[in-house]
Amino acid sequence: MKMKKLTTILSAGAGLSLVVAGCGQPIPTNNTTPATNQTVTLNSLFMQQAGYSQQNIEDMTKAFEKFHPNIKVNLTFVPYESLHDKIVTALATGGAGYDTVLTDTIWGPEFSKAGFLMNITKDIPASVNSDAYQAALNTVSYNGQYFGLPWIMDTKYFYYNQHMLQQAGITSQPTTWNQVMSDAKILKQKGIVKYPLDWSWSQNEALVCDYAALVADFGGQIVNSNGKLVVNQGGAMQALNFMVNSLKDGLSNPASTQSVEDDVRKVMSQGQAAFMLNWTYAYALENDKTQSKVAGQVDVEPLPGTSTVPYPAPSVNGAMGLAIAQNTKYPVQALEYIDYLSSRQVEEKYAALSLPFYKSSLKKQTVINTEPAMVKAASVQFNDMINRPSVVKYQTLSQILQVQIQKALLGQESPQQAMNNAVSQWNSQQNQ
Amino acid sequence: MLLFPAFLIVVVVVLIPLIMTFADSLKHYNLLDMSGGTPFVGLQNYAKLLSDPGFWGSLGRTLHFTILSLVIEFILGVAIAMLLHAKFHGQWLLRGLIVIPWAIPTIVNGAMWRWIYNPSYGALNNFLVWLHLTKTYHQWLGSPATAMNMVVIADAWKMIPLVAMLVLAALQLIPEDVYEAVAVDGAGRIRSFFSITLPYLKNVILVVLVIRTIDAIKVFDIIYAMTGGGPANSTMPVAYYAYDATFNQLFISRGAAAAYLIAMLTLIFTIVYSRLLKTEEESK
Repeated sequence: MKMKKLTTILSAGAGLSLVVAGCGQPIPTNNTTPATNQTVTLNSLFMQQAGYSQQNIEDMTKAFEKFHPNIKVNLTFVPYESLHDKIVTALATGGAGYDTVLTDTIWGPEFSKAGFLMNITKDIPASVNSDAYQAALNTVSYNGQYFGLPWIMDTKYFYYNQHMLQQAGITSQPTTWNQVMSDAKILKQKGIVKYPLDWSWSQNEALVCDYAALVADFGGQIVNSNGKLVVNQGGAMQALNFMVNSLKDGLSNPASTQSVEDDVRKVMSQGQAAFMLNWTYAYALENDKTQSKVAGQVDVEPLPGTSTVPYPAPSVNGAMGLAIAQNTKYPVQALEYIDYLSSRQVEEKYAALSLPFYKSSLKKQTVINTEPAMVKAASVQFNDMINRPSVVKYQTLSQILQVQIQKALLGQESPQQAMNNAVSQWNSQQNQ
Repeated sequence: MLLFPAFLIVVVVVLIPLIMTFADSLKHYNLLDMSGGTPFVGLQNYAKLLSDPGFWGSLGRTLHFTILSLVIEFILGVAIAMLLHAKFHGQWLLRGLIVIPWAIPTIVNGAMWRWIYNPSYGALNNFLVWLHLTKTYHQWLGSPATAMNMVVIADAWKMIPLVAMLVLAALQLIPEDVYEAVAVDGAGRIRSFFSITLPYLKNVILVVLVIRTIDAIKVFDIIYAMTGGGPANSTMPVAYYAYDATFNQLFISRGAAAAYLIAMLTLIFTIVYSRLLKTEEESK
């Protein structure tokens, strides 16, 4: 009976304890490379989401294995929401884990500092160095060192329903955020759509993506050149006030505060929104008759500007890269694999699902033909993408911003007070 | 000797991680700040946690979740068990159907209720408008005032069958002649419920209370699936706080300390319930 009671009591904390204790091992570095005639197996971690599908990645990998018979690749797919934690649990324990991982642009400083990823600065192919968009290179670099190769190129675009604009007598798409607001008022007044704007403003990284883009469009900064958080001043405050006012005026859908990108995409597909910011994948789905009631009505453009930042204005860098785990036993083979996946040949072959990060690729007719409107918008927007703050404790900063922005959006705090709170919380975090 | 395999499993998967976690909680162990190694800092992580308003806020939300879900689950669980205990046509079918919500994985249940609550196309809003109970769609998970209560409802929907089934099993052990005896003495249904049924159910209720309290204090997955802790942290429980410290901030020692405090909290509840159970047994 005592044993039973002890087991019950211990089990209560065991789940969490296991998770926490599992992260406590040192990271070994063992860069031994087997003989070339020996077959090696790489373990690679990807996400199961929009862009390249699981089938696409399996096909790419099969093609790689065909040319590299001594390398086999085991693929693991997780949703984006689990990717960060999967990488942390696999690489922090220093065990076999994964040889290559897909990493988001915001995790680079954190993973580099934690020693999870291999420095491959010397191995960056010349074609990547000379032909990649700067935002793609920024995605896989920190402090001038490269920890991976660019792979998925993405940013948030301005989507609008041109049919709704025509119905309202609006003859051209808005090119400033002020025009977006005035067009939204007309659409609402004429009863064409109840909430013209829909956003991804739930407590999620998606909120910071929208916010970062708007801050840049209003000429503000999140972190200044001295590394200080400056969200409580200038363009950053204008951006937040813009967000709050759009909700107060009934122009933005109140459901925005509990939506992520795919929720927003679905609302627009139902004809319940005229404007949204969203990633590349949304374009094909909005114009797919089987999934959208507004197919053929949705167009895509670079982001609108403001009086300080003219159209086309910057958007947020949402690119992702392929990196090699610091503790891999097969760094040479891992590099060959990610080198292949990020090659111009593969990027162009799968351009219909994710646009290539090579500048020259976007000029090729075969790539343009995949989605001419999308490629046109991307050719402009890819040159003007801003990074979310490149700080080691990005996850902490993002969490602080998400909560404080939501407090402002929900009216729990004034925008100024919320951002002052964010700055003081971040500063106190720096001292821990 | 026969207990050795079980003992070994407990040592490997419970005791060793618990000891390692406790050791980690006494260090400054942050994967993003390993320049000074992982020095021993005593109870500093616990002190920092206990002085963090964010931790107390998450603890308050955990108690909100725990108390509200237990109240709902017990009232409805006992009521449903009583209903299923009564004899009627199709009783076997209902008894089978009641298990379905409990059989659904928590993550799936969370995703399902997130759709039901969806402010643009959710079934709940649609249903309420259809019944003319409301004219506009509500932001069930978008308002800090309602979000946690809506998560509790989603969790209760899944867990009520567990309570109902255990209570039903206990109900079936109550001898019929006891009810007949009090009926002869002139007791009505309400009187016999409080005089006979409830005392017989006390032990099973206490056992279920222990299980559900521990589960509720550790709540994580349904929050992860439904709200991610939002809006504005209004649904972030203490287990989510520990997760955030460990996986987002990579502050291993802080996460370990938070996990230990959660374990301590569950231990306190377990001891209190065990005492209650013991007192009950001794009084018989």
